[in-house]
Amino acid sequence: MSSPTPPTIRLQIEFSGGLELLFSHTRKHTVNLPSTVPNSTRPADASYLILYLRDNLLKERPELFEEKGTVKPGILVLINDTDWELEGEGEYELKDGDEIVFISTLHGG
Amino acid sequence: MASSPTPEFPPLDLPEYKRYGRQMILDGFGLEGQQKLKAASVLVVGAGGLGCPALQYLAAAGVGRIGIVDHDTVESSNLQRQILHNEETLGLLKVDSAAQFVRRLNSLVQVTTYPNALHPSNALEIMRPYDIILDCTDNLPTRYLLSDSAVALDKPLVSGAAMRFEGQLCVYNLNASSASSTSPSATPDKGPCYRCLFPTPAVGGGTCEEVGILGVVTGVIGNLQAAEAIKIILGKNEPKPSLLLYSFLYSPPFRSIKLRGKKANCAACGDAAGGGGIDFGNMDYVQMCGGATPDWLKEGMKAGSAGSRVTPQELKSAIGTDCNTVILDVRPRTEYGICSIEGSTNIPITELLANPSSALTSIAPSGDVYVVCRLGNDSQLAADALRQTSQEVGGDVDGGRKVVDVIGGLRLWSRAVDEKFPVY
Repeated sequence: MSSPTPPTIRLQIEFSGGLELLFSHTRKHTVNLPSTVPNSTRPADASYLILYLRDNLLKERPELFEEKGTVKPGILVLINDTDWELEGEGEYELKDGDEIVFISTLHGG
Repeated sequence: MASSPTPEFPPLDLPEYKRYGRQMILDGFGLEGQQKLKAASVLVVGAGGLGCPALQYLAAAGVGRIGIVDHDTVESSNLQRQILHNEETLGLLKVDSAAQFVRRLNSLVQVTTYPNALHPSNALEIMRPYDIILDCTDNLPTRYLLSDSAVALDKPLVSGAAMRFEGQLCVYNLNASSASSTSPSATPDKGPCYRCLFPTPAVGGGTCEEVGILGVVTGVIGNLQAAEAIKIILGKNEPKPSLLLYSFLYSPPFRSIKLRGKKANCAACGDAAGGGGIDFGNMDYVQMCGGATPDWLKEGMKAGSAGSRVTPQELKSAIGTDCNTVILDVRPRTEYGICSIEGSTNIPITELLANPSSALTSIAPSGDVYVVCRLGNDSQLAADALRQTSQEVGGDVDGGRKVVDVIGGLRLWSRAVDEKFPVY
């Protein structure tokens, strides 16, 4: 007997470089993300996660996080400690237990 | 008798054996390691929080030639982290203050100072005589300029950055042919440049003056920049590109991230750029990064539209004549905790703008409202928002309540009204 597909996947989300200020001033979050994009059969990917976080977790100034369906310039996305560009960027299909880190690049010194 | 040194590197003088002995006896370092350092040259761009610790260790280790670029002068607010400067060098050019320290520490090091802001017209000329470039700057336009120039000159760029409690370290343009000791046929893949990672500049982000910086954080990153430079000189650097993150607040404090390689379509170092890189002469880096950062001190002093702003003296006399005067301080809570005008109320600007009507109801129900902040910029936004909200909810219900903000903020308040009020 096969078990039904779980409706959500559990992700560890972390913000740094000042992005945590937009998310309740909290660096680490656990997010239960719908495993498919609502009203579609598309599996939840990194692009969907960005919009989901913007709509459900972000507390202020959304323009500093999301732009044109992806992260704002100057933000690096890491999937399990690897630059998301090596993982397919927005098309990366999220798996239960993945750790996604959003880092704002710093300029100061 | 000393063994005969490797011929392609300069020989060491007798006192140098004693001076550098502790590192020369390390396996994998040896006589040749010291000779490589002596033959090497490093340009440190920025003699501030990152540049100071980097310079200190590069000079102590015996790097033969060091260049220092900075156009700024030493201020007392620098001393909390810019450890080469001191009370006696206040007001001096940072390059002179730093060079003085380096010469006292190690007179064998040849130091060259450049009291200039780096600009497309001088960057290549200043950087060309050095093997390795350290980006210890504090602003985005210069970071892009340094990266593009390092690509054009085919030099590795050791980049550090720090803000608040966090720091970042990355080596760009790694395995540039000039720094690679491997034979051309086995040249490893080139690392990314700054533009490969950040093709589009991020606008905004704040400065250390605006959002704060802890001294040990720049110290950690600056030291790591020196370490990376020394590794490249010795040929011991990690060939795969990575980004190191440091946070003072978290455990474990370090995190290393595997980065993409050089991007084939990068405007600066990609194949399409033909190896020639960006056309500097026509590049306005400041404009590219969203224009010049406003001079907030000056902006905060503007007179504003008629009746919307008052001077600190006017606030002072209002406090003296009307006991209902409401002083609303919109700085962050932590700054409010440092110093505040007696009897004032604190609602941070982010909370106020998110919900101006709730802010209006949470303060005293009557009396004119005087909004203050650090320099007089956020207070203008806050007063505008409050006036607009007050109009929307019917306005003037309590008999023409006035909302104004204070020109020059608490900085000017301290200068013009209460000289005992701290300036930070």
